[in-house]
Amino acid sequence: MAFIKCIDLSVGYEGKAVAEGLNFEVNEGDYLCIVGENGAGKSTLMKTMLHLTKIIAGDIEYGDGLKPYEIGYLPQQTITQQDFPASVKEIVMSGNLSKLGLRPFYGKAERDEAKRNMKRMDIYDLRNKSFKNLSGGQKQRVLLARALCASTKLLVLDEPVSGLDPKVTADFYQLIKKLNAEGMTVIMVSHDIHEGLRDATHILHVTGKQLYFGEASKYTDSEAYKILTSVELTKGDK
Amino acid sequence: MLLQLHEYLQYSFVRYAVIVGVLIALCSSLLGVTLVLKRYSFIGDGLSHVAFGALAIASIMKVTSTTLVTMPLTIIAAILLLKGGQSAKLKGDAAIAMISVASLAIGYMLMNVFSTSANVSGDVCSTLFGSTSILTLRQSEVMICFVLSIVVIAVFIVFYNKIFGVTFDESFAKATGVRAGAYNLLIAVIIAVIIVLGMNLVGSLLISALIIFPALSAMRLMRTFKSVTITSAIISVVCALLGIVVSILYSTPTGSTIVCADMAVFLVCYVIDRVRTA
Repeated sequence: MAFIKCIDLSVGYEGKAVAEGLNFEVNEGDYLCIVGENGAGKSTLMKTMLHLTKIIAGDIEYGDGLKPYEIGYLPQQTITQQDFPASVKEIVMSGNLSKLGLRPFYGKAERDEAKRNMKRMDIYDLRNKSFKNLSGGQKQRVLLARALCASTKLLVLDEPVSGLDPKVTADFYQLIKKLNAEGMTVIMVSHDIHEGLRDATHILHVTGKQLYFGEASKYTDSEAYKILTSVELTKGDK
Repeated sequence: MLLQLHEYLQYSFVRYAVIVGVLIALCSSLLGVTLVLKRYSFIGDGLSHVAFGALAIASIMKVTSTTLVTMPLTIIAAILLLKGGQSAKLKGDAAIAMISVASLAIGYMLMNVFSTSANVSGDVCSTLFGSTSILTLRQSEVMICFVLSIVVIAVFIVFYNKIFGVTFDESFAKATGVRAGAYNLLIAVIIAVIIVLGMNLVGSLLISALIIFPALSAMRLMRTFKSVTITSAIISVVCALLGIVVSILYSTPTGSTIVCADMAVFLVCYVIDRVRTA
């Protein structure tokens, strides 16, 4: 049984499918990189796995000890957050929100978990700083620490390096690679195919339908890869 | 002047008015940050017009306490506006504009046609801009305001962490299994309650100011959610106290005096922020 198994899945919004016929699974310890062009349905697929968008057709099964909402999500930053008065600690702490249930306040277990993850992401010294004054890379590490509070099993990252400079991007990929090596299962949506290929164990290529799913090492031999790279080359020519 | 104030405070109805005023100000400041950051300010504005219409209906029905009519109507409107804003079919802001002006028109019409009062324009004016003096509030209204303010403050404290979660990042909250929709609904209902409460203090046209100014001022000074919330509550209470006292001493309209105090504090905070970051 896999963590997540998608069977003949169609995803989209307002009843209209943008990607159909998706069949793949994510197992414990995997690092899946979802690639595809803009508007190809990869973000919608991710939102469907996170229960943010309704399934159009088919099914998603959660198993192997993973509860349907036990997912650490690193969303793209919203405009609201750029002006939001919140400290690093407050934000990381909110990763524990679902554990509260009917309790109104956080307990020692949640505070310890937040502290542990802030130290792990090397932002503990920034804990009382305001989120909006941090650099792009620091902000991503804060949101990553929050995601780690929400799940110890599965991380879902939505274009996590967009807007980061090359050095910070490299550091960030390194961090994800390390988390994956420590046993964290990772699903990353990215348009940056080359970086994805280097660290990922599996690739899912979506462009309206499933063009490729399998091991990352065999992806470069596939037809899908040639299509993607040729598109990139023609874009580069212009 | 202090003597005069002391003399006023001898009367129990004056003391009650001051206490209720402060409680309403405290309530209205709590959700300001959420309202501003979730882009819900317009809902607050729309609802205050609905509350005006509801109040007109309540006053022609001659119920003992108008709050009993305005409260449920405004809460229903809040829920409808929130749901409307989420569905893409009818644009949220257009729907709110429609409901706002319709409520204003119906409210004014009803007050004119059915009013038995000799001074219709006076009634309309006090609904829009608050009682000319907070001291004219009736005992029953004071009690209802008191109880509801306490309820709002208690609900806010109990749901503080959840309100922060859905305000800062609704998608993340949803993805981790937090029922964001339910909390959005809760926020909308609290806003409706606050608006109906605040109408007694500053009137339906000025209530948005009572909600938004303290939060905006606090956001200039503070950088964490908790400190902004606390600062905004303090600013709101101080301004309300100041406004009430000034309005009693100089017989100015209570609502506008409080809002002027809020505005002045905002300007000071704005300047402090600019000087600090410059």
